Amino acid sequence: MLSTMSSAQKSNTAFVVGLLLVLHGFFVVTLLVANAPLEKTMGIVQKIFYFHVPCAWLLMLSTFVCAAGSLAYLFRGSERGDRLALCSAELGVLFGLCVLVTGPLWARAAWGVFWTWDVRLTSSLLLWLMLVAYGLARRYGGAGGRRLASAMALFAAADVPLVYLSVNVWRTLHPTTKVVSSLAPGMRLPFFLSLAIFSALWGVLLTLRMRVERAQSRLLELTIVVEDAEEKSP
Amino acid sequence: MARPSWVSQAARIAWKDLHIEGRSREVVYTMGFMAALVVLVFSFAFISGQEVTVGPDAIAGILWVAVLFSGTVALSRTFDRERENEAIRSLLLSPVPRSAIYAGKLAATASIMLLVELLLVPLLAGLFSAAIWLHALWLGLLLLLGTIGFASVGVIFSAALLRARSRDALLGALLFPIVIPVLLAASRATATLLDPAAPDLDPALFWTRFLTALDVVFVVVGLWSFEPVVMGE
Amino acid sequence: MNERALRLMNVGKTFGRQRALADVSLAFLPGQVAAVLGPNGAGKSTLLSLLATLSQPSQGRITLGDEQLSRHSPLRAAIGYVGHEPGVYGDLSARHNLRLFASLYGIANAERRIDEMLARVGLDGGRREAAARTFSRGMLQRLALARALLHQPEILLFDEPGSALDPAGAAWLAGELRRERESGRLVVLVTHDLAAAAAVATHVVVLRRGRVARDETRAGFSADEVRAIYEEAIRGKA
Repeated sequence: MLSTMSSAQKSNTAFVVGLLLVLHGFFVVTLLVANAPLEKTMGIVQKIFYFHVPCAWLLMLSTFVCAAGSLAYLFRGSERGDRLALCSAELGVLFGLCVLVTGPLWARAAWGVFWTWDVRLTSSLLLWLMLVAYGLARRYGGAGGRRLASAMALFAAADVPLVYLSVNVWRTLHPTTKVVSSLAPGMRLPFFLSLAIFSALWGVLLTLRMRVERAQSRLLELTIVVEDAEEKSP
Repeated sequence: MARPSWVSQAARIAWKDLHIEGRSREVVYTMGFMAALVVLVFSFAFISGQEVTVGPDAIAGILWVAVLFSGTVALSRTFDRERENEAIRSLLLSPVPRSAIYAGKLAATASIMLLVELLLVPLLAGLFSAAIWLHALWLGLLLLLGTIGFASVGVIFSAALLRARSRDALLGALLFPIVIPVLLAASRATATLLDPAAPDLDPALFWTRFLTALDVVFVVVGLWSFEPVVMGE
Repeated sequence: MNERALRLMNVGKTFGRQRALADVSLAFLPGQVAAVLGPNGAGKSTLLSLLATLSQPSQGRITLGDEQLSRHSPLRAAIGYVGHEPGVYGDLSARHNLRLFASLYGIANAERRIDEMLARVGLDGGRREAAARTFSRGMLQRLALARALLHQPEILLFDEPGSALDPAGAAWLAGELRRERESGRLVVLVTHDLAAAAAVATHVVVLRRGRVARDETRAGFSADEVRAIYEEAIRGKA
């Protein structure tokens, strides 16, 4: 059956399979997380961690992918690169929002206040703001908006290590990186699985969004072709 | 026709801006006034009338926020003159490499900002008895590094927004998230330098190195990305 | 002076959603004044912008002689451009403006050349130190021409240069264009003014919706001939 399908059909099939796997994965992860051992001091609230950390990771990934796409667009005129930048920036804003909601929830439960200016969360906030600014630049930057936004993405990506380093030195209240390796064995599997599934979700959403953008471009191209044809034979 | 060197072309472009600014002094006056006002606004807003000694943290913060806000004035003006009469097109048509145009603009804008800052610092010393003489040269270096960090990004955005309608609204909104590390580093270092009771100057050293690295990164990205951003579709 | 031709081969330009030029193939020769005509939106300014290396073609190639015009082209030194706007700094005097451009182009004996240019365009009178901002439109256009000619370019590009000039200014401009043509330069002139085009052109190109509708070269054109060519081209292949 595979050999008789067109390439478009094959990619659609692959996409649907991927989507189903991701959904299935969410069920699995939820079960595992529910059954994971409770952390000593914080109990069930600590389980936010299984969602919060992958989202933070995806925020950073989105920023870098946006910068990569912007690079391709600025220096090689790649429209596909520009689409990639746009789509990953949107996902970054989405997952960033998740980080900025789950983080304070955790902070409230753990330390009594919603915002404690800790390293990771503050850095995530800055990254998120940069991606929002990217969106503003695209939308309201006028004719050169896309180029401006692309330059922003480059600066933002270059900024990532600087932001993390500076905020780190500035404040340290967040659980340190050692958190992951010091996880109790029962927690490691759900965590890494959650990380994997979230990443897969990101990939699926990105693909979906890219397809929509690609379809829009295609439509535009076809409109131009039709106009040209009408031109040639009035 | 001898091809002039990259450096001399960048210098020529910077000189052109400084020459024009020297005659009208418009940016220096407006930026300077705005900076002084920001300082006053902060003073009235944050300092309770009873206690008028202000800590080095606050002074450093006020200084750098004033630089950031008033700096956007200098940045938006830096390309206004190019837009008038489409002079920018003549620059882009010439054989001058775009990176030289960027470098020239950066040098000119940073110089103008620095001039205002050097006037701002004594103002702060006067208003808050800030200990600016403790490490005056180092403070000057910080001003230079912070200004370059800020302007290196600002010149690109200002150039890209040349023809956008919402230019003024957007410049600050786009610039500030990216330059927050500059603000952080510069104000932390400045706070240490202004503190007579600081145990050691290690924090200032760290932040100064950090700022230097940041400047290098931003200027490189700027030199690289100026051309595609400015050339348009 | 070089005898290089400026050629466009199957050049197309798309701006996001708009197709500005499609399948344009043209050759501009030295010693000719080519007038590019067409209704609004036909793509004339886009074409000129491509020739000036201010933008890049989406399809096709543009060459000057054997070399391709590209973004990083040192060939920019061979191009002089006068647009709607004069492209000079309002805060600087005429002389200072020219000094700036002379140094950017690396012109030897700059002062003498500047004196020559100012004399040629008639700006060497009084008001020597006045800022360009105080100039009238006509004077600004003269300064723009001086700026464009300063580095002795092979190619001169004009985008609606006469649009804001009074009749005296327009006549002066026509004289300058003829002079350049006679000295063997390659001139491309985008204009709405059919009569002005006829006064100087030896090559007429009409663009319609981004395509070349007519492309004719003659020793000279009368105003009626230009009008006829233009109207026939705009009506389309009836």
